[in-house]
Amino acid sequence: MNALIDKVMSRARLLGVPFSVHLDLTYRCNERCRHCYLEHGAGSEMPAAQIKNLLDELAEAGVFFLTLSGGEPFLRADLFEILEHARKLTFCVRLKTNASLIGAAEADRIASLGINEVHVSVYSGSPVVHDRLTLLPGSWQRTIDAVRLMRSRGQNVILVHIVTSLNAGDHHAVQALAGTLGTGFRIDATIIPKLDGDRSTAALNVPHAELVEIVGNPAYAGRVEEVCAPDSAALSEPLCAAAHNHCYIAPDGGVFPCVQLPLLCGRIGPERFLDIWRESAPMKEVRAMRLGDLPVCSLCSHAASCWRCPGLALLEGDLRGPSALDCERSYARTGVAPTGWLRTG
Amino acid sequence: MSEKYIARSTGVAARMLDGEMIVMNVADSSLYTLNEQATAIWQAADGVTPLREIVGRVICREFEVDPETAYRDAERMVADLAAHGVLLVSEAPIG
Repeated sequence: MNALIDKVMSRARLLGVPFSVHLDLTYRCNERCRHCYLEHGAGSEMPAAQIKNLLDELAEAGVFFLTLSGGEPFLRADLFEILEHARKLTFCVRLKTNASLIGAAEADRIASLGINEVHVSVYSGSPVVHDRLTLLPGSWQRTIDAVRLMRSRGQNVILVHIVTSLNAGDHHAVQALAGTLGTGFRIDATIIPKLDGDRSTAALNVPHAELVEIVGNPAYAGRVEEVCAPDSAALSEPLCAAAHNHCYIAPDGGVFPCVQLPLLCGRIGPERFLDIWRESAPMKEVRAMRLGDLPVCSLCSHAASCWRCPGLALLEGDLRGPSALDCERSYARTGVAPTGWLRTG
Repeated sequence: MSEKYIARSTGVAARMLDGEMIVMNVADSSLYTLNEQATAIWQAADGVTPLREIVGRVICREFEVDPETAYRDAERMVADLAAHGVLLVSEAPIG
């Protein structure tokens, strides 16, 4: 089935269709996760009527996968109004939440709406460790209770485990918990800098030994044998889905190539989504970039298989440069020093 | 001969891509791509128009297929999509 999704996504890319959109409904959050890349100030948010108009535009533009996230989306009193409209437009809706505000009534409504997946952040098998990361006492218990409520109604749930230096080694327990709860499990070992440029969260990245265990595990990381298999065809391939068949929309209507690529392309309201998607200069710039255009990474033996994120590279200083975080991950997978380290030391 | 009525399941995600409908059963994430004829039937599946009428109006007219062959093919396609939970089939109007 993944092969069919890949084929459809590839067709969407060739046709210039934004098949996948990540829409943050708010940056407000009831947790204060120490590794979070967002600032949780009030900020402006599109009202429900504007979001519903936007969803109409996205459906017309051909968007299929719609990820709704935040901040914590359940802090919006109009969340279900938005979800209902999204499902009426037959989007494949994925909802990202810490789940701590989901009770029985919310679980009933989620299950009745046909949400494809609910992604729930769980940082540890231990309530103490999880709550130490979220800075919200009792959050682990509320989150797990909500997962149980959703699973008892047959809702697909994925536990998403972000690995940091504060919960290193806990992924085995969270994976076991996912098995007990009957949920899926995903792991992410990259702590990205804050979108405002603050890089203090980088100190929370996991120690090298654990990174090796995680990214070197095919069950987590995919096919390790593909690493260090340079492919000249890759040099003319797009860097990632950003601006090709995917983009990000912020709570205030700002449109970006990806949630991790803070290049403002336009704003919903004054401009229509499709005009931004097709015509904005930053969107076109990212869309035009190829691996062969990157002065350091194009020469690297990891080039064809590296998970290099253009957004991380930009947050580290250069959209076309290497990302030290991704060089570290690629080194952890392969044990071979990447070319990017020649610059970063 | 009893009529068949078809309606799109509420538990699906769907979007047109380059003339073909992409359909996902959101409960199990199974994904289907419908060819042009299946897409035309999918779009006409309003729950109240008999399948035979849909085939005559949409398939035979647009694709120049003989009615009996087109109906047999449509029945097979409808049964297949119903088995995967993305289409509802009934002998009475739906909804």
